[in-house]
Amino acid sequence: MTKTDSASSAAGSTDPRLDGHDEQDLEQHFDATIARDQRIEPRDWMPDGYRKTLIRQIAQHAHSEIIGMQPEGEWITRAPSLRRKAILFAKVQDEAGHGLYLYSAAETLGADRADLTQRLIEGRQKYSSIFNYPTLSFADVGVIGWFVDGAAICNQVPLCRSSYGPYARAMVRICKEESFHQRQGYELLMTMMRGTDAQREMVQDAVDRWWWPSLMMFGPPDDASPNSAQSMAWKIKRHSNDELRRRFVDMTVPQAEKLGVTLPDPELRWNAERGHHDFGTPDWSELQRVIKGDGPCNAQRMERRRSAHEEGAWVREAASAYAAKQSRRAREGAA
Amino acid sequence: MSSTEGVKDEWPLYEVFVRGKRGLNHVHVGSLHAADDRMALTHARDLYTRRNEGVSIWVVRSDHIAASTRDEKDPFFAPSADKVYRHPTFYDIPDDVPHI
Ligand SMILES: [Fe+2]
Ligand SMILES: [Fe+2]
Repeated sequence: MTKTDSASSAAGSTDPRLDGHDEQDLEQHFDATIARDQRIEPRDWMPDGYRKTLIRQIAQHAHSEIIGMQPEGEWITRAPSLRRKAILFAKVQDEAGHGLYLYSAAETLGADRADLTQRLIEGRQKYSSIFNYPTLSFADVGVIGWFVDGAAICNQVPLCRSSYGPYARAMVRICKEESFHQRQGYELLMTMMRGTDAQREMVQDAVDRWWWPSLMMFGPPDDASPNSAQSMAWKIKRHSNDELRRRFVDMTVPQAEKLGVTLPDPELRWNAERGHHDFGTPDWSELQRVIKGDGPCNAQRMERRRSAHEEGAWVREAASAYAAKQSRRAREGAA
Repeated sequence: MSSTEGVKDEWPLYEVFVRGKRGLNHVHVGSLHAADDRMALTHARDLYTRRNEGVSIWVVRSDHIAASTRDEKDPFFAPSADKVYRHPTFYDIPDDVPHI
């Protein structure tokens, strides 16, 4: 099925409208556009690999935003004040929005939104490993905002310059909103750190549990990330996993000092020579386990997503039936 | 409630255009799925204007939009390329002629 939205045409390289131009010509034009740091737009010719890689990357990103609503969403009804509840509500709603901006971008490449949802639900497409960890206390809401949204910012700010126009534009919107996410988390933690000993312990405990999984959000180390080079050449990935991870550590350490918490890494120290922090190695076997489905909450997250989809089916059907009835009536009235 | 049913009966795709503030044109901001026009407007408000990003929204069914062909080297735009006399810089006016 081909979508023909204003900005998009799902046609691949077999498109009959190629007339006149041979594929080599088009590929040269594509390469030159990327080399000039200009954007590829939906109706442009693009190599199949570029299209497929982007759909996979954008879909995985969209799924992460959608599944990412769950760990924090669990705390909406238990937020300690109306203020915190309103903030958390807005934040989780934003994450839904991020998912939808991204599905919208994926559709300009010819992906079908219902099909992407199906792939997620059937476990054929992935989402970020970080959302397979549990949120045990309200401090986790703060630490997620600080670490997880902070890591998302590190990842996403460079993607505002992604070579694919709709993806880059979605990233611009998302980054603006992530800043609120990170700041509300940090402010929440500052408030708890000014509270009782028990509250400070909750914050430290949450930091201890989320630090390493947050470092793993950037993906495997560069020497184990075989597809990165092509994605960098296509400018749909602008920095390597390890580089982004380093940036995140450098950014977060002074924030931890200000907050008065300890990051759980005995090897973490400032390296004046390099002008960066040295830090320990995450447990990559844990990342592999979680990605393969064996994290603490994988089954729960998938089950929740599946049941939300199934339980919402009657709403989607009723809305379609209502729309069909209304347009039938409008036609009959006009006749 | 079979899983393929959802794929079949998918709500149509709408393109969303938002006027950021008075005095500006509506600008394309993205797309969404909705059962009908009214739902598309409500969803567009919730999705694209959560922070005062707009004072007016247009939604239009994506399959109602006609678009120029995709290749930017297309002859479709050629007629405007060779008419330099349409630009003010085409005309030589002495420097000492004021206000022109
Ligand atoms: Fe997000
Ligand atoms: Fe976020």
